[in-house]
Amino acid sequence: MKTDIMIVGVGGQGTLLTSRILGKLALKAGLDVKLSEVHGMAQRGGSVVTFVRFGESVGEPIVEESGADILIAFEKLEALRYAHFLKPGGTAVVNNTEIPPITVVTGADVYPSDIIERITAKYKTELVNATEKAKAIGSPKSFNVLVLGAAAKHTPFAKELWLEVIKETVPPKTIEVNTKAFLIGYGEGE
Amino acid sequence: MNDKVLMLGNEAIARGAYEACCTVSSAYPGTPSTEISENIVKYKEIYAEWAPNEKVAAEVAIGASISGARALLSMKHVGVNVAADPLFTAAYTGVNGGLVLVAADDPGMYSSQNEQDSRMVARSANIPVLEPSDSGEAKEFTKFAFKLSEEYDTPVMVRTTTRLAHSQSLVVLNEREDIKTKEYIKNPSKYVMMPGAAKLRHPIVEKRMLSLSAVGGELAVNRVDNADSEDKSIGFVTSGIPYQYVKEVFPHAPVLKLGLVHPLPVEYIRDFAKTVGKLYVIEELEPLIEEQLKASGIDCIGKEILTIQGEYSAAMLKTAILGEAKPAKPLSDSIPARPPLLCPGCPHRSVFSVLNKLKKHAAGDIGCYTLGAVPPLAVIDTTICMGSSISTLHGMEKARGREYIKDWVAVIGDSTFLHTGINSLLGSVYNKSNGTVIILDNRTTGMTGHQDHAATGKNLAGEESPSVNLTAICTALGATTVTEVNSFDLETLEQIIKRECAGDGVSVVIAKAPCVLLKGNVYPDIVIPVKAKCVKCGACLRPGCPALTKNAEGLIEIDREGCNGCQLCKKLCKFDALEVQPRTSKVGE
Repeated sequence: MKTDIMIVGVGGQGTLLTSRILGKLALKAGLDVKLSEVHGMAQRGGSVVTFVRFGESVGEPIVEESGADILIAFEKLEALRYAHFLKPGGTAVVNNTEIPPITVVTGADVYPSDIIERITAKYKTELVNATEKAKAIGSPKSFNVLVLGAAAKHTPFAKELWLEVIKETVPPKTIEVNTKAFLIGYGEGE
Repeated sequence: MNDKVLMLGNEAIARGAYEACCTVSSAYPGTPSTEISENIVKYKEIYAEWAPNEKVAAEVAIGASISGARALLSMKHVGVNVAADPLFTAAYTGVNGGLVLVAADDPGMYSSQNEQDSRMVARSANIPVLEPSDSGEAKEFTKFAFKLSEEYDTPVMVRTTTRLAHSQSLVVLNEREDIKTKEYIKNPSKYVMMPGAAKLRHPIVEKRMLSLSAVGGELAVNRVDNADSEDKSIGFVTSGIPYQYVKEVFPHAPVLKLGLVHPLPVEYIRDFAKTVGKLYVIEELEPLIEEQLKASGIDCIGKEILTIQGEYSAAMLKTAILGEAKPAKPLSDSIPARPPLLCPGCPHRSVFSVLNKLKKHAAGDIGCYTLGAVPPLAVIDTTICMGSSISTLHGMEKARGREYIKDWVAVIGDSTFLHTGINSLLGSVYNKSNGTVIILDNRTTGMTGHQDHAATGKNLAGEESPSVNLTAICTALGATTVTEVNSFDLETLEQIIKRECAGDGVSVVIAKAPCVLLKGNVYPDIVIPVKAKCVKCGACLRPGCPALTKNAEGLIEIDREGCNGCQLCKKLCKFDALEVQPRTSKVGE
């Protein structure tokens, strides 16, 4: 079985960390895996996309339109931008937060108000209030791991393996808070 | 050993150099090549450095090779142009120790000013090119490149693309080979390229390429997949990342996978072509393989149905070759774009806000500050290549005169100034130009992810090293005045820019403030809005800081996580409606 995951967000939200956690998971599960990342100019607050593909054997490193099993979106507008990469029956895990792009701030554009409606009309959608929940545990930056916790339920990996990899990947000082964030996203903490 | 690990393409190239017993690496940072050096420096057996530019890096590696060591140089595609002068002649001298150039192309221009194909440069320079398709091959091909380099007495290019460089896949690790540094034997007819010697070397270069082309079919890096396929109605010639797309869509079709893309093993390809019906050539960017096949009378299809621009994908092949419907479209036709931006607290924004206020035009350069071209600041008028700002401004002055240039400045980063801006400043002064140059000195190479350079006091290995004084250099080059100013001191900055633009000669303003993302920087303060005092004038929003937004009532909101407390917005507010507070404070929430 092959699983294609797409992680989207705004540059600086930690899509790279997230894809690397997924990569390690697949590796520990003994699977072939490929990740594709964006570095350089696109990271400066722009729209950022990373791909993770794992299975017995993986060819191309990118996920294509109508190909993703799971879309992990750290921001609503980015979820809308890339939802069509989901395959029919795919799952969107969306952080319920709005970061207006400069085009909206300057008034040249309007932030769409019907994003969630549009996505739920076509795909299974899980909305996560990760930004608020991460703030509530005193660690706003751990929102990405919280979203990952919500997405974890839709992957073939056991919770214990997730926790093990998170422990190995995040900076040592943040292990505790990231574990907590993950479990909240997973639905086992508060 | 023989562990399987997940590695970036660039990390794998560094590993390949390590295993091949490379001992010297020189490079200038550039997306998507930077991580090669950042990883290679972790191997203590390899001396690795940042050179001030790619030409210098090439000469360092050439010197190491002539002395008998295996040497690597890496750069982005446009860096290959900077290094072209030594490279074209290194093809003539050949090597002593293996010499490998990694050229990282950027189809789709994720972080580049053009989309050139480095294979074309290599073809013009008569340098063999290897093109890997995943991280595992990136490592193995780098090792093979060293071997090929020594066997054929030539520099060898390993060509990567962004998709390969920044994708991770599994790599099997091997031990470092034990290869001795070769003896250096004085040989001016090989290493001194004056006309008499070069005339004798040129036929050797041509002969070398012909003999490599002839044995191409025997090289393990060139191979045919599915040679025994039952369906041979269509077949493919491909290389690099596009190979993955071909395999994704046509897993059972015969595929000639080229590892060596220059020189082409034409007869080997001709034999393969005879075994298939329609032959497709799948290569990103220029039709390098396709045109040579067509010129050799091998019937094939390529750019007639596939684009010369950007990246390929499996979906693209499905549409072009199988006639399948185009891939799904976004769920909405009007999704606001999200272009990259200068970070909150970026010192460039502060300088640009002054230039914007003074209605200056700016000849720009390559770096984060190129983003000063986009609204709302829209200060930058031109961006060509590394180091071009000062010389393009000089060209304008010579074309349109001194009065015209008073509405203009040149802006260039510290790392870019040291790359090739110095030469431009020298040329402007020497040729009695007028104009004001602003060096945006943020103490790092920002856009590529914070690499040190000759003015930061640290080297690639993180050791302390001599730091060049920018003011002293500019003075020595003959700038009429050189003025240092804090990038966030708006008043002084404005006064200085007005004064220098009105003056004669070539003057330099060094606007100093460290990049906001530099490690070790702490931002204890944030700015918060005082709603009662806000008159909704929008002055604070004008520089386009992403931490500031306007809410439904037209009042300002500041993202506490995003704000780095630079206070640019506060300085622009005439109504005291923005206040500085310690980040830890809950007041104002």
